[in-house]
Amino acid sequence: MSGWTALDDFLRTDPRDVGCAKAMEMLHIYAELTAAGGPAEQRYPGIAAHLRACGPCGEDFEGLLAALRDEAN
Amino acid sequence: MVPADSGVGENPAAVARLDRESAEWLRALASTGPPREAALARLHGLLVRIAPGECRRRARQLRITGPELDDLAHQAAADALVAITGKLGQFRGKSRFTTWAYKFVMFEVSAKVGRHFWRHPSVPLDAEDWDRLPTHFGFDPARETEWRDLLGALRRAVDEVLTARQRAVFVAIVLNEVPLDTLVLELASSRNAIYKTLFDARRKLRATLVANGYIDDECSRSS
Repeated sequence: MSGWTALDDFLRTDPRDVGCAKAMEMLHIYAELTAAGGPAEQRYPGIAAHLRACGPCGEDFEGLLAALRDEAN
Repeated sequence: MVPADSGVGENPAAVARLDRESAEWLRALASTGPPREAALARLHGLLVRIAPGECRRRARQLRITGPELDDLAHQAAADALVAITGKLGQFRGKSRFTTWAYKFVMFEVSAKVGRHFWRHPSVPLDAEDWDRLPTHFGFDPARETEWRDLLGALRRAVDEVLTARQRAVFVAIVLNEVPLDTLVLELASSRNAIYKTLFDARRKLRATLVANGYIDDECSRSS
C-alpha cells in the first residue's frame, strides 16, 4: 500500500460508523453471528464500518471471534 | 458518526428468549449460597481458559511473555468475572451467555494492553516529531518530492483546523503511536470519546486536503 493510499484510508471516515460505545455494546451479538457464518456486515453495517476503522474495537472483535472458534473446535 | 441509538438495526436492550444454557447461567448466578458459588467457579474456569489465548494473541502489544503473561491472563479473567457479575442485569439474551461473558475478557485484556504501554514507551506522550509521519504512512523516501507538499499541507491543517483537543489526540495517536486505550487512561476519558475526537479530526483534515486539491474527493492517488 502506498503512503497516499494509507493516508487517504486513515483520513476517510464512514458516516455509518456507530462509534465505540455502540460497537462494544453489540460486540457479542455481532461476533456470534459472524462465527455462525451469518450476514453480520449486512445486518449491522454501522458496526462493520466501525470495526474496520477502530483498532481497539477491531482487536476486541478478532479476539472474541477467535475465542468462539476455538471453543467450537 | 451516527447517533448511538441508530443504524444498527435492532436494540440490544430488548430481551430475547433465552436459550436453555444461558437461562441456567442466569438462574445460577442470581441464586445464593453454594449454587451461586459453584456457578461462579465454573464461569471463572471458562474465563481462565479464554484469557491466556487472548493474551498470547496480543503478546506483541503487551511485550511480556512467560509467567508474567500467564499472571496477566489470570488477572484479566478475575477482573472480567467481577465485571460480568456486576452487569448481569444487562444481559438480554441476544447471544449465548458465554459469548457475552467472553466479551468482558477481551475488554479487560485491552485495558491491560493500554496500561502496559508506558512500561516501554517509545516516545513521550507530548513529543511532536513530524519526521515520523512519512514512515507512519509508508511514504517512499526516494519519492519525497511527490509527497512533501501533501504532508506539509496536512501539518498546516492539523495546526489550523483542529481544536486543541483534536490536535493533541492526533499527535499522540498518529505521530507518537500511543495506543488509543493508553490515551484513554492518560486523559481520563473513554474509548468512545477519544475515537470520536479522532474521527472528527480525520474528517476535518480530509475535507481541508480535498478543498485545497491535495487529494481527490472520491479516490486516492496510487503512486
